[in-house]
Amino acid sequence: MTSYNGPAQYGFAERWLPRLVLAPSFLLTLVFVYGFILWNGYLSFTTSRLLPNYEWAGLAQYTTLFANERWWVAVKNLFIFGSLFIGGAMAVGIFLAVLLDQKVRQEGALRTLYLYPMALSFIVTGTAWKWMLNPGLGLEKLVQDWGFTNFTFDWLVNPDMSIYTVVIAGIWQSSGFVMALFLAGLRGIDDSIIKAAQIDGASLPRIYWKIVLPALRPVFFSTLMILAHIAIKSFDLVMALTGGGPGFSSDVPATFMYSTAFTRGQMGVGAASAMMMLMTVAAIVVPYLYSELRGSRNG
Amino acid sequence: MDNQNKLWRVALYAVLVYAAVYYLLPLYIMATTSVKSMDEIRAGNLIALPMSITFDAWGKAWATACTGVECGGLSRYFWNSVQMVIPAVLISTTLGAINGYVLSKWRFRGSELTFALILFGVFIPFQVVLLPMAQTLGWFGMARSVAGLVFVHVVFGIASTTLFFRNYYVGIPDELIKAARLDGAGFWRIFFKVVLPMSTPIVMVVLIWQFTQIWNDFLFGVVFSSGDSQPITVGLNNLANTSTSVKEYNVDMAAAIIAALPTIIVYVLAGKYFVRGLTAGAVKG
Repeated sequence: MTSYNGPAQYGFAERWLPRLVLAPSFLLTLVFVYGFILWNGYLSFTTSRLLPNYEWAGLAQYTTLFANERWWVAVKNLFIFGSLFIGGAMAVGIFLAVLLDQKVRQEGALRTLYLYPMALSFIVTGTAWKWMLNPGLGLEKLVQDWGFTNFTFDWLVNPDMSIYTVVIAGIWQSSGFVMALFLAGLRGIDDSIIKAAQIDGASLPRIYWKIVLPALRPVFFSTLMILAHIAIKSFDLVMALTGGGPGFSSDVPATFMYSTAFTRGQMGVGAASAMMMLMTVAAIVVPYLYSELRGSRNG
Repeated sequence: MDNQNKLWRVALYAVLVYAAVYYLLPLYIMATTSVKSMDEIRAGNLIALPMSITFDAWGKAWATACTGVECGGLSRYFWNSVQMVIPAVLISTTLGAINGYVLSKWRFRGSELTFALILFGVFIPFQVVLLPMAQTLGWFGMARSVAGLVFVHVVFGIASTTLFFRNYYVGIPDELIKAARLDGAGFWRIFFKVVLPMSTPIVMVVLIWQFTQIWNDFLFGVVFSSGDSQPITVGLNNLANTSTSVKEYNVDMAAAIIAALPTIIVYVLAGKYFVRGLTAGAVKG
């Protein structure tokens, strides 16, 4: 576009163009991320209900939130879902990655099959599992047809168990992803370490447990971050699979926020619950980001 | 030793195949259920092969199934998603490419801080922006419209597209840029003549990543659209949760496959780039 004769100094345009080009994205982020966080924070301190209202209410909405049994069910469910989902997806994913690392034939095809659920929407996954787990015609009937006539599987409609169906579907969708991350990590490990340990007479499981997996600590850490992040944000899967039900037995904070703010006309409480979610994520992500950015600057 | 080794390989393949069946079974069940009649579904079981194949459920899911009070099938939602996903993917990818170029090759005082500020947007739980965004879209007359959804997806897509491109461009040697500058090339010329021609892999990764993310999004769709602007995920959820007297699982499954088809096709054709996108997020840039 512009041409320059002197190579050494950049002209006025070259000095300001980068800033100018970055400006729209920077401004959008400033307004729609940081500005909106402040705005939502402000809403959480007002008396807003069906419509926004900027009358100061102090911590009243937070008091209402913390007195709400449904919120605590959602928090407890997030804890149950989060720990089982992360633990389960990690275990299955790492196990498959280690197996696939044994120079197997058709590795590419197997990898493709293990990972395709990640391309699906959680709504699709939820709809499919809702059909398979439904007590009338799904899995329960299948096992009964096999002769186990006393078999029951009613988790989907059982308030005590409904959150565990979300765990099942979540692990199915995300474990292939863990496999891909760990397989990439395993491929980065120097083969000679493993060979040396084999010569020393160490068994294969022992080599993986003592040498290979500890070397994958960074991968483990990033995967943990990503899964924790998926868990806290999880909304679609719960909506499609259980809708938060039966009753509100499988609510998580994301579905709680949606229904309080948008369908039950308690905007202030919804805003307060969103702030609680943000603070939870920030408590995990900010130290992580800080160490990542510092690390990349130093090395 | 040799025999034991053989046994171990057999066990290994058995477990791997078993795992493949575990991942494929839901897809198999969706596909077979969608071509069965409801009578057959009630009489048979979950994993039985269909005795006679009928595409009635597919036709119904596409054109006449009820999604709430309306009964027009998923076709309308599908086209909404197409109209939403194309501009949103193109705009967010373009912005990400330019941002990544500046943040890696034209650093200035404060550019690292800018990057950190943008990067945080990858992580925020979107619940925290829903209420202000709903209000703002209303002010701009974009509430409940496909245009509003495009805007939201662009704004909240910038963080990840910028991250992808920035991390990729960091790997392009600075010497190339310096040499081009010595030849008298400016900011845009270097971008279009030097950087962009080297960007095909990352452009593929970001296009596919954004396409999958935006096509599969449900949260923004359900909050910021209504009636005739809703995307496919909302349509599918409405269809599957509409309480009619008889639950038609075959129609639900056909609808779920219709909603999943575009991303599955992309995955089959360009899975390599999809996987690269997934892992790139976790690998330090």
